[in-house]
Parts: sequence; C-alpha cells; structure tokens
Amino acid sequence: MSLVIGLIVLVIASVLFHFLSPWWLTPIASHWDTVDVTIDITFWVTGFVFVVINGFMAYAIYKFRYKKERRATYEPENKKLEWWLTAVTAIGVAAMLAPGLWVWADFVSPPEDAMIVEATGQQWHWSFRFPGEDGVLGSVDNSNITDENPFGMNPDDPNGQDDILIASPEVHLPLGVPVKALLRSKDVLHNFTVTQFRVKMDLVPGLISYQWFTPTVAGRYELLCEELCGIGHHTMRGHVVVEEQEAFDKWLDAQPTYAEILAKAPGDPSAGASLYAVCTACHGAQGEGNPLLNAPKLAGQGAWYMKRQLEYFKKGIRGSHELDIYGQQMAPMAAVLADEKAVNDVVAYIETLPDLPAISTVMGDVEHGEDVYETCAYCHGAQGEGIQALNAPRQAGMSDWYLVTQLKNFKKGVRGQHPGDGYGPQMGLMANILLDDQTINDLVAYINTLEIEDAPASK
Amino acid sequence: MAYVTHDETAYVAPLEVEEEHLYHAKTWLGKYVFSQDAKVIAIQYACTAMGIGLVALVFSLIMRLQLGFPNTFAFIAPEDYYQFVTMHGMIMVIYLLTALFLGGFGNYLIPLMVGARDMVFPYVNMISYWVYLVAVLILVASMFVPGGATGSGWTLYPPQAVTAGTPGSDLGIILMLVSLIVFIIGFTMGGLNYVVTVLQGRTRGMTLMRLPLTVWGIFMATVLALLAFPALLVACIMMLFDKIVGTSFFMPAVISMGEQLPHTGGSPVLFEHLFWFFGHPEVYIVALPAFGIVSDLLATHARKTIFGYRMMVWAIVVIGGLSFIVWAHHMYVSGMNPYFGFFFATTTLIIAIPTAIKVYNWVLTLWHGNIRLTVPMMFAIGFIFTFINGGLTGLFLGNVTVDLPLSDTYFVVAHFHMVMAVSPVLVVFGAIYHWYPKMTGRLLNDGLGRAHFWITFLGTYAIYYPMHYLGFLGLPRRYYAMGPTEFMPESAHSLNQFITISAIMVGAAQLLFLYNLIVSYRNGKEAGHNPWESTTLEWQTPATPPGHGNFGSELPLVYRWAYDYSVPGAPADFLPQNLPPQGGSAEGIREGKVD
Amino acid sequence: MGISVGIMFLIMAVVAGWLLKQTMSTTPWIARTTIVEGHGGSFSQAKAKIGLWVFLAVVTSLFALFISAYTTRMELGDWRPLPEPTLLWFNTAILVLSSIALQWARHSVEKEEIGGVKIGLAAGGGLTISFMVGQLVAWQQLGDLGYHPSTNPANGFFYLITGLHGLHMLGGLVAWCRTSFKVWRGSEAAEVRLSVELCTAYWHFLLVVWFVLFGLMLST
Repeated sequence: MSLVIGLIVLVIASVLFHFLSPWWLTPIASHWDTVDVTIDITFWVTGFVFVVINGFMAYAIYKFRYKKERRATYEPENKKLEWWLTAVTAIGVAAMLAPGLWVWADFVSPPEDAMIVEATGQQWHWSFRFPGEDGVLGSVDNSNITDENPFGMNPDDPNGQDDILIASPEVHLPLGVPVKALLRSKDVLHNFTVTQFRVKMDLVPGLISYQWFTPTVAGRYELLCEELCGIGHHTMRGHVVVEEQEAFDKWLDAQPTYAEILAKAPGDPSAGASLYAVCTACHGAQGEGNPLLNAPKLAGQGAWYMKRQLEYFKKGIRGSHELDIYGQQMAPMAAVLADEKAVNDVVAYIETLPDLPAISTVMGDVEHGEDVYETCAYCHGAQGEGIQALNAPRQAGMSDWYLVTQLKNFKKGVRGQHPGDGYGPQMGLMANILLDDQTINDLVAYINTLEIEDAPASK
Repeated sequence: MAYVTHDETAYVAPLEVEEEHLYHAKTWLGKYVFSQDAKVIAIQYACTAMGIGLVALVFSLIMRLQLGFPNTFAFIAPEDYYQFVTMHGMIMVIYLLTALFLGGFGNYLIPLMVGARDMVFPYVNMISYWVYLVAVLILVASMFVPGGATGSGWTLYPPQAVTAGTPGSDLGIILMLVSLIVFIIGFTMGGLNYVVTVLQGRTRGMTLMRLPLTVWGIFMATVLALLAFPALLVACIMMLFDKIVGTSFFMPAVISMGEQLPHTGGSPVLFEHLFWFFGHPEVYIVALPAFGIVSDLLATHARKTIFGYRMMVWAIVVIGGLSFIVWAHHMYVSGMNPYFGFFFATTTLIIAIPTAIKVYNWVLTLWHGNIRLTVPMMFAIGFIFTFINGGLTGLFLGNVTVDLPLSDTYFVVAHFHMVMAVSPVLVVFGAIYHWYPKMTGRLLNDGLGRAHFWITFLGTYAIYYPMHYLGFLGLPRRYYAMGPTEFMPESAHSLNQFITISAIMVGAAQLLFLYNLIVSYRNGKEAGHNPWESTTLEWQTPATPPGHGNFGSELPLVYRWAYDYSVPGAPADFLPQNLPPQGGSAEGIREGKVD
Repeated sequence: MGISVGIMFLIMAVVAGWLLKQTMSTTPWIARTTIVEGHGGSFSQAKAKIGLWVFLAVVTSLFALFISAYTTRMELGDWRPLPEPTLLWFNTAILVLSSIALQWARHSVEKEEIGGVKIGLAAGGGLTISFMVGQLVAWQQLGDLGYHPSTNPANGFFYLITGLHGLHMLGGLVAWCRTSFKVWRGSEAAEVRLSVELCTAYWHFLLVVWFVLFGLMLST
C-alpha cells in the first residue's frame, strides 16, 4: 500500500514541480522559437505518457495486491492489445519526431546572406574574426599560430588582410540579422553555447563547424564552453553583445584589421625611457618595485601583460573599484600615457630593464603551497614563468606581496569583475579555490621558491 | 535437432560422470580462489565490481560536495574534480555495471537457469575474472602515478585526453587505455562463455523460447558487447599510438600550452564515432540484462505469466540490433556532418517503440496479477517508475532539435543517471534481494531491505528529477563551479545544495545494504530451497546454495517455459520448469519434489 | 563507419534470422507435452567450434572497425600512401601455403592418418613462422626507407593493422603448439581431430582477413 501512495505522490509531485518550479528555459533571444515549440510538444506527449502509465501501474498494484485465496489471471499474451499499443506509440513518436526533423532541416541550412563571424576557441578563451570589407575570411591554420599570430592567419592570403580580429572574449552582433558562426579550435574540443540562443555546436580542431541564429533581443549574453576542454573548462566564458546595427557598426569600425596589426610599429624603448621617468618614483628606476609605496616589480613581466593592464588602468577597467585603493592611485598615472604608442614605448623600455629577483616578504608552508600551485601551473607554467598563449602572466620572481594582494582582490571581486575585463573573471573563478589567507600565503611562499630557467615571458 | 514426443515417465537423464568429476575442485585454493565454478567466479566478479563501485560512489559524493558547496573543501581542486568525474563515470559504466551484470549475474544465473553444470569453457571463464581483476588494478594504479588519473571525462575525447591542459594526460591516460584494453580482452573470454553456454549448454527440453527473460537479456547484451567492445579497443589502441608513437590518427595540428605539437591532420571526430559506436550499445549492454531480470522478478512476485513473452524476446533482439545504428545521437552537436542528424534522430526514436512495448508488458504483467510486495518486487516496480522517467527524457535528447539546447547540460546528466544508473542499480538491488537466498541459503533482513528501498528510490528521484530543470535553465555539465552568472537565479544554487544532501543520504543508505549483506549471511532467516515459489531452474537445485555441477547427479529435464504461474487448474500457483505435465501435488511442488 | 555498420548489420541479421526460425511459430506456454531431444544445444556442432565461430565474429568486428577507421582517416587531406614492399606478395604466398598445409592436416585427420597430420602441422607452423618473420622484415625495409609510423597516418595504419594481424597469428600459433605437442606425444588422430579442425578454420579465417587487409592497402 505504501508503494501505491509513494508512486502516486511522486507522479503528483513531479507534475507540480514542473508547473511551480522557477527553473525553466531562459527567455529566448534568438529566432529559434521553433526549438522551444518542439520541446513543448515533447513535453506534453511524454508528460501524458508518464502520468498515464505510472497512474495505471499504481492502480494495478493497489487493485491486484496479494490475496491468499486469489489466483492471477493466466494471460500469456494479447496480440491485439500489443499491436494496438505499438501503433499508438508509433504515432506518438512520429508526432515528436516530425517537428524535430523539420526544425533541424532549418538548422542545417543557414541563409545564404547570413553574416559571417568566426569564433575561435582555445584553452580557455574565446576570440573572434569578421571577414572585413571583402566579405571573405582569409585562410588560417593552426600550424601558423605563434604568440605574435594568435589567430594563425596566413600572412600571404590577400583575403585575410582586411579580416577584423577580435582578440577578446567579447563579441558584438547586430540585432535582427541572421548570423552564421563558423567555429574552429586551436587545441581541443570546445563548444559554442549561448543559452538564450538555444543552439550550440562543438569546435573541433582540424575542421570548421557552424551554427546559425538571428538574435532577436538586444542584450549582453554569456557565452559558455560546454564541451569539457581541460582543467579551466568552467572558466572558458565570453560574452555576446547584441545591439542595434548602428552601434554594432561603430563597434566593428573600432576593431583592428589584420593589416593594421601587422603594420603596427614596435614600441620604441628610447621614447619609453622618458615616459618611464614618471614611473620611477614608485616602481623604481630599474622597475624593481617598492613595497613601501605598494608599487610592484615590473622588470621581467611579459610585455603583452603590462600593455593590457596599462590599457585597463587607462580605461578605468582597473583601478575603479572603491576597495582597490592602490589601483586607484595607478589609474591617473596610467592616464599620463597619451595613446597606444606611448603605452608600447614605455613597455618596450621596461623590457630593457634588468630582471633582478624580487625580495621575498611572504612566509608560508611551502609544501602546502606546492600542492595548491598544481592547479595554477596549468596556465602560469610549472616554473611560474607565465604563458602568453594562455593569457597567464609571470608569477615567479615578481613582487610576492603584490601577488597576495591581487589574489585577494580577485577572490573578493575587487579585480576582474569589470565588464571590460575579459580575462579577469577567469582568474576570479580560479582564485576561489584559495579558501583562506593562509593558503594564499603558502602558495605565494612556494612561488617564491620557483626559478625560471630562461624566463620566456621576458623574451 | 528434432522435436519428438517424449515419454516423460520412462526417461531418466544419464549421470554425466566425467562432467561431475570435472567440477570438483581438489584444494581450498582451487575451490575459492582459482575456482572454475561459474558461481564462485560470479561472486568474485560481483565483489570486485561492487568494491570498485563503492570507490566510484565516494567519488560521486565528493563531486556533489563541490557542486553543492563550491569553494568549501580544500581537497577538491579543479584537477581533482575532473579526475573524480572521469573515474566515477568510467568505473560505474564499465568496471561496475558491465562487469556486475555480465560477469556477476551472467556467471551465476546462466548455467543455473539453462540447466547446465557450468559454463562450457570453465577454464577460460576463470581466466576472464583474473584478467578483469588486473584491469581493475591497473585502473586503480592510474590514480597513484605522477599526474594522477586522467581527468578527460569518461569519453576520453582527444586531443584533450592526451594534451597538457588536462590532468593525467601522460601516465594517467596511458594506464586508463591499457586498463580498458585488458578489460576488453578479459570480457571477450567471459562473453564467449555466456554466448556458447546459452547456445549449446542448455539441458534437455530447454528450448530457446522456454528460457527465462533474464537469460535472454544477458545473452543479447553479451552479443552486443562482443561486437561493440572492439570499437572501444580500436579507439584505445589508436589513441595509445597517438600518445606514445606520435601518430596522428585522432590528433590534428594543435597548440598546447603555447607550443605546437608534432601531430597533423588527425580527426577527433573519428574517435568520437568509434567511441560511441561502442558507447551506445554499451547503454544496452547494461540495460538489457536489467530488462531481463526485472521481467523475471515481476512475473515471480506478481504470480503471473510475463505478459507477451514473445514480444519481449523480440523487443530485446530488435533493441540490440537497432543499438548499432543510433550511436551518433551522442554527437548531434559534435561538429560531424549535421545532415547525419536526420538519420540518427529517426533511428533513435524508432528504438523507443520496442522499449515502450517492454514497459507496457511489464505493467500489464501486474494487471490481474496477485502481487506480493516483497523487497525485490518493490525494487522492480521502482525500476519501472525510474525507467519510464529516464526513457521519456531520452526522447528529448534523441530528437535532434530538442537536443540542441539540452545537450551538454545537466539535463543530460539527469537523463542518463535516471536511465542508466538509477534504473539498472535498482534492478541490481532487486536481483540481490531475490537471489541472495539461493546464493547463501538465507533471506536478507526484510525491514532493512524496505528502508534501503525507500531511501534509495525516493532519494535518487530527489537527486535526478530536479536536476533536469537545472538543464533546462542551461547549467552546463562538467563545470567545476558555475560561479556568478547572469542567467541563473540564486535559487538554482539552493537546488544544487538540496541535490547534494539527497545524494549524501542515498550514499549513506547503501551502508544499510552492506550491513544487511554481511549480517544476514550468518543470521538471516533460513530461506529454504525456493522461498519465492519460483518456476525457474535455479530454484530447483537439490542443494542450496547449489553445489559444484549445480544439479547433483541428474540434470533437470525441462517440460515447460519459465512463466507457468497461476495456471488454471494446476495444483499450485507456480509450476517449476522441470515439473512433468500433469505431475505434482501442491505440497510436492512447494517442497521441490517434481517426480 | 559504413563498413562497420554493414558488418554489424550482417551479423545481427544472421542472429535475428536464426532466432526468427527458432521462435516465430512457437507458443512456448502451450507446447508442454513435447521435449526437444539431443543434448540441449542449438547446433549439431561441438561447443568449441561454436566458441570459435563466435570468436571469429568478434575478430571480424574488430578488423571491420579498423578498416572503417582506415577509410575514414584516408579521406582527410594529409594521407600519403606508402609503397607496399614486394616482400608482402611473397609473404602472402607463404600464408596461402600455410593454410594449404593445415588443410592437408585436416584432411589427414579425417582419414585418421597421423603421419599426414604431422606433416601438415609441421609445414603449416613453419610457414606461418616464416610469414611472421617476413612481415617483420617488411617492417624493417619500410623503416629503412623512412616510413615510420608517425610520419603519416597511412604508415601508422600499416604497422598497426599488420601488427594486429600478426598478434592474431601468434595466438593461433599457441593453439598450434598445443595441438602439435599432443600429436608428437602420440595422440590418436581422433583425439586431436577437433583441435586440428579448429586450427585450420582459424588459419583460413586469418588468411581471408589478410587478403582483405592487403587488398585494402594495395588499393589505397
């Protein structure tokens, strides 16, 4: 008897849960309403079957519960009933399958005039490419990829010169325009999912896959990787911003083309030397840093990383959080650098400074720290040397007290949560594994023991 | 083969001296360790599988702790989490369920149910277990090598599995692949036995259509496994080559940790095809034995013939056949040619029809029955409930369009756990409560059994039913932590905590079961030879537990099918398969005297 | 994957067709006064023979899957076929001869001529060993020419498939050893008849597999 009640309660609870649950599909933001319709059809058909069969079963268990004097009916089979049930099932299945295939036919054939955007996945970032004025994407190959050519562009392909390269995990798309997203990967399988768009597709190294959709609601949507891609899988996030055509065009115009990137002059150290004069007050003449003034060591840090951080400070992406006191001091200093060229020059100068090891100021349990660092090593390298391809700056031999501050800032959301900081959220998620201040100290104490053999990040 | 009218009164099955002799082990070691007796091998398989399964259960609880309470436990770093995920999946699917259903139940039940003294190749059978044990040990070893076990998910997709961004991408993955290869070799040895024993080892009168559905389920599952495991073998060997020799079967040109790897031109999708060519039949390798066993439990405890036996057999065969042409429904969004979606969605939804027929027939077996709600019966009914749920959500994922938003979310996790974890495990429990009296001579404690059932049944439903809704919301699977998101409400996090707490309770309830298993072995109620009043041959053995050679001096002669329950006019409400026509009295049948 | 699906389909069709014959007309709950005579089994063959056939089905599945993988991988751009050494033709001839020798042993065992069995087994085994040595030499030749497994998937498959075929031959040789051992220890023809038959069937099977594999490699 308890089983009968149990089954009925479960059926009722399941149905109630379905109707009362606050958890359901996110509001749709693409033209794939048809996908939602097929889900609804499937839900009604399967929900009906679920209630009817389980209800029937509960009733049967109740009605035919054991009685010593009764015997069960002897009925080996009932051909008519069996065929009848088969036919009804087949009809139910067809009712679900037909709309499914019909929508799929739509999914596999993107409109000819769809706008092309290419999304590239790598461990654990996104980047994007638009075909530029000629409407044709230049050829790319993973074997072309270097730190200087992260997209793997073929420099000899004229089609590629006007390609617009978005080296950031945020991409903008125009509202109401069909978009065909071409997908490729630099390393392992990834998956391009914007939950609100309803569609997804894997990125496979060695081939180009696609999906298409027409964004119908303006907004900023989270882009997730949904194919396990290694230890940082859960941090591989990006954003898709859907906006009016005008705003989109404006955004796109501000992005560099491949040719422009190639034409960019390298930073000039001698011009940088004079710009650096402002920095010496805090960071020291040799870029060695000064803990008393809360200025970290600069010499030896990757140029790409310093450039990005200076840009962040300039744009208020860093140094604008109310709890980031020292960042707030840096922001106006960075603003002194007038333009991109100034940033490049000063960074080029810092690169010429001697990389002297910073003084250790943090004590902790090195063994425990080594344990924790295992996770960090996946991006920052086994020696803490930093890996540009993974957007991971150097840690070893840098200011350890600064590292402690920044780890705490990432954990607290003081750093890395600004919408303009594409890479910060990733470190924020990762910093969460450091459960308390002692762990952070242990970790940094271990990093202090690391020695970089040929300091690749400072090359 | 000829059908002749048989004069049952004059017939005496000959004593098969040489066979009897063969199965009597001389030494203690030969009897309990290097035994060639399928029943001992079955128990060895079952204990090993359940032992390693317990490890995987603990892994799953650790995962749940991280998901319900992220950033609370220092011992679950991301690389640990992915290693737990991988090992949990791999162990549960292959080293627990496949080994338990085929190696455990197959070995125990096939010879007894078909009326054979043992498997046809007992020596090979013994080797099969020891090879399996080696595979398990290699798997365990992989957790202790530098870098730890592989953390690439149980699907082991390249390039991820063999590149540096994944934990255990050196020794871990190599040992994993070697372990799988060893497992497949061991399984093939066992599988040959199961198939040939069913084909050639049956006793007189045991026609194929008189076989209990348990044997049908295990037989068909073994056929599937024998044909499907080679796909995994091929995939493993080729991946080992890619990893060790540096070939480019699956590995395209890729960058790892900022460095170009020496590979070029390989196809990860090819691996996915091979993997799922094995992986989908694998689902049925686990499901078909469960289907078979549950059919027998339902018929026995409902005191009724299984409804539509022939349809049930055919459903098993058709499902087995179709399971080879649905594999790519795991790959709708894998980047393979999307046009394949039409074909695979169609075949996948077609396979729902024979599966639905099985469900109807189970429920119709209850209808007009005389249902004894024993513990095994409760587990069997629990199975029907969870299987209906899991089967129906399969219609979402199998239908290519509906799969688009749901693929790679918690909906998938909830679906396959409901259909491939909870459902078969409920059957495993039901089967153990059902056959434990045959294996030990004692019944398991009823009260503990009922408590175990309720906590497991309700608890697992509380875990997996709400989980589907996290999937609808878009929560991706295999995320170490979701962190702050814009589209998930805070309440989703409390739901995650609820799921974790349910999981811990279900996990703890399994201790009840283990306690029951151990205590009842000595103190359980005496079961007698046929406590459930069942018709099949394993309950008609002269000794309980059955001795070597199973049936004493004479093999049983089979006169009827396995489902003669409540036959009108019969002296008892069940007629054992070896009961001659018109023979027997009510007491005689109950006491196991058939002549 | 088409090839594998085809092979699986064939195997499953055989299984299903055979079952159909067994089951369609039966109403198991009625046929209670008749009993199937014969010793249980569904076939008139020895258990070991059925075992071998089932095993060969598994091996067929294995090689079919390799061939599927081979043809799929071949279609990708970087496939550079490797030259099959002439030695392979020679090896093929040796393997054919070994099959013939074993067929001779089988023929003799049926006629209970233990001498013929000895000759057949010895020749078959010797030829098989030379085949395997020949295969190793072929590997060496290719290696010397710079065709290493990692340089191109075609090479990788060549080593992999020939190696796997060789491993199966090696397994066959174990059975061959046991049989030969019995024969030379003075067993009667009747006692080794089954073993010889099984060996012969296995050899023929592996010969066919080799033809298919060699044909595949020649044609691509």
